[in-house]
Amino acid sequence: MDRKDLLGIQGLSNEEIEEIITTAEYMEEILKRPIKKAPTLRGITVANLFFEPSTRTLNSFALAEKRLSADSINFSAASSSVLKGETLLDTAKNIQAMEVDVIVIRHSAPGSPHFLSKKLTASIINAGDGCHEHPTQALIDIMTLKKRFSVFKDLNIAIIGDIKHSRVARSLVLGLNKMGARITVCAPPTLLPLWMESFGVEFEFSLEKTLPGREVLYILRIQKERQGESLFPSLREYIKDYSLTYEKLKKFAAKEVVIMHPGPINRGIEIESRIADSEYSLVLSQVATGVAVRMSVLYLLSQRKLNGHKN
Amino acid sequence: MDIKIKNIHLFDPLSGIDEVGTLLVDKGKVVKGTGSSARKEIDGEGLYLFPGLVDVHSHFREPGAEDAETIESGSKAAVKGGYTSVCVMPNTNPPIDNEGVARFIKEKSEEVGLCRVFPIGTITKEREGKELSEMSHLYQAGCVAFSDDGDCVRNSGIMRNALEYSKLFDVPIIDHPEDISLSNKGQMHEGSVSAGLGFKGIPDVSESTVVARDILLSKFTRGRVHLAHVSAADSVKLIKQWKNDRVTSEVTPHHLLLSDELIKDFDSNKKMKPPLRTMYDVEVLQRAIKDGLIEIVATDHAPHPDYKKDIEFSEAAFGVTGLETSFAVLYTELVKKGKISLNVLIKVLTSSPARIFNLPFGEIKEGAIADFTIVDLKSNWKVAADVFASKSKNSPFLGWKLEGVVKYCIVDGRTVFENGDFKKKKK
Repeated sequence: MDRKDLLGIQGLSNEEIEEIITTAEYMEEILKRPIKKAPTLRGITVANLFFEPSTRTLNSFALAEKRLSADSINFSAASSSVLKGETLLDTAKNIQAMEVDVIVIRHSAPGSPHFLSKKLTASIINAGDGCHEHPTQALIDIMTLKKRFSVFKDLNIAIIGDIKHSRVARSLVLGLNKMGARITVCAPPTLLPLWMESFGVEFEFSLEKTLPGREVLYILRIQKERQGESLFPSLREYIKDYSLTYEKLKKFAAKEVVIMHPGPINRGIEIESRIADSEYSLVLSQVATGVAVRMSVLYLLSQRKLNGHKN
Repeated sequence: MDIKIKNIHLFDPLSGIDEVGTLLVDKGKVVKGTGSSARKEIDGEGLYLFPGLVDVHSHFREPGAEDAETIESGSKAAVKGGYTSVCVMPNTNPPIDNEGVARFIKEKSEEVGLCRVFPIGTITKEREGKELSEMSHLYQAGCVAFSDDGDCVRNSGIMRNALEYSKLFDVPIIDHPEDISLSNKGQMHEGSVSAGLGFKGIPDVSESTVVARDILLSKFTRGRVHLAHVSAADSVKLIKQWKNDRVTSEVTPHHLLLSDELIKDFDSNKKMKPPLRTMYDVEVLQRAIKDGLIEIVATDHAPHPDYKKDIEFSEAAFGVTGLETSFAVLYTELVKKGKISLNVLIKVLTSSPARIFNLPFGEIKEGAIADFTIVDLKSNWKVAADVFASKSKNSPFLGWKLEGVVKYCIVDGRTVFENGDFKKKKK
């Protein structure tokens, strides 16, 4: 793979996705060793630029960087000059001026990693840009599914929850479409874009009709703050119609179904607590895979630098 | 005799002139005769002469945001683009809601001495949409229309009163049709592209519903409404259905040529209000210009400094520049490609805006005020940041290769722009 940035699943070829996953499988072996560290990225400096709160993604990247012996710094908006009115570009240029090779960015503005990639020579990794994309999460999910099913063709996957505001859903749909899976999205009409047909997926408003025949149920978190926008009348009503409960699962879903969630989980809202911990759940496997996938991405994007390419 | 322009292709749709000939100007007016000697002679071999272009929708940012544009830099941009008259919007700071600001703009533009500048007064005080401005005072101070541009008049009762009261002067009330409760926090046109990019959308209904309201209020009050920068196919349908002399509208060059697909690279020079819509809307707008349903092409020249544009898309300011590219981009993309005739283009840039805004320009005939634009239609140029006279570079057409270079602008019989040079008034 010869690329400077990972901005989204959009623009990645199937071969590149496979290369990232194959490399991540190798990284998983490193993680199983007694000493979970390789010197691969010694001398490479990574800045984690997080303008939105994040625990799991930031820690996952930070750990991936440490496992590969990169030097890394964390930069969060709360402790930075962003609050003093500095622009994103100025902040990023200042960080690059300290000879940083890779910038991992999370930002609320869609396209902000794309914007930086045009302005900076450092490699940019998109760790979530607004409601647009979250490519490493989608790669993690694809790898998690690959371990379980090995073949994606005609795999039936339902993505359930706030599709409209989900960067995970956008990246996942792009990635799974490339792999040949069959995707149905399910949400109340106000949490689906009006232009679902352009995504190349089926959509369904009713959870009961969505559940039968799926091999995978991918549950998205419902952001409580959406309530203020009157997109649905109340959490209570959302829970009644869209919460995945043990009862609904038993009644409508296939026996062998697996459940995924990108986290963090709101127990009792989009998913019943009991299911989150059940044998159906792949949630912790997703998290474990996360470090390996991020190691793989960091490694592949650093190849140019390590091989002496400029820019 | 002041000026003699010979061997020039005179072109004026209003009086039906389309021939090579000689034009004489004396004391700021077109005169008859052969003109034995003139103080200035222009050989117009191979060039076209049009009535001076009129823009009814520009932002010169002065007073208040002089780092984006000033009356001087805006005037330079105007004549460089062939505009001899420009109406400027009142969303300055302070806004043009009192005579003082209106007179300041008039005086300052006369001091600059390039194009004519006509202030547009606010509809409401402070553009707050609550109380009517002192329209009669503003009219007396030189305002040619009223608008709360950038902000829609949300309160329909206030809009009704404005439409009624403005009948005193027979000038248009310009509305920026946007229901903010539908477009709130939107970044771009709501459609398949915004859905994919994860941007909150500005749906076309946020425009069309207000277009419908304004048209019906005009019908009810018999006041004149002018709809600014129409962008949506449904708005055009509504205009077609209800068209009459008191309902007029404009469209910008960018809405006539560009669509929301272009935002996939997150270029904030494609960000403005109303947003770029779909190719279908673009085609409907082009047809509306061709059919005369929309009478005016206006630039909505909206300069912004780089630190407000060269940032992440959702933080960037709305608006793009237009004065310097408008004629050439429309000529290259619409006339040359056979979508509209040169006749239609010149009409929507000269006589139509002049008529609707009660300005005495837009025709070449004996006794007419000598405001002209002379263009070399065969020359090419490339749009680049360093060619602009405007202080701001936020053009959606950067990199485009265009045909049509403005060679001269003549205002009131005086050459104000000649082969790239600005000619200020001698004191």
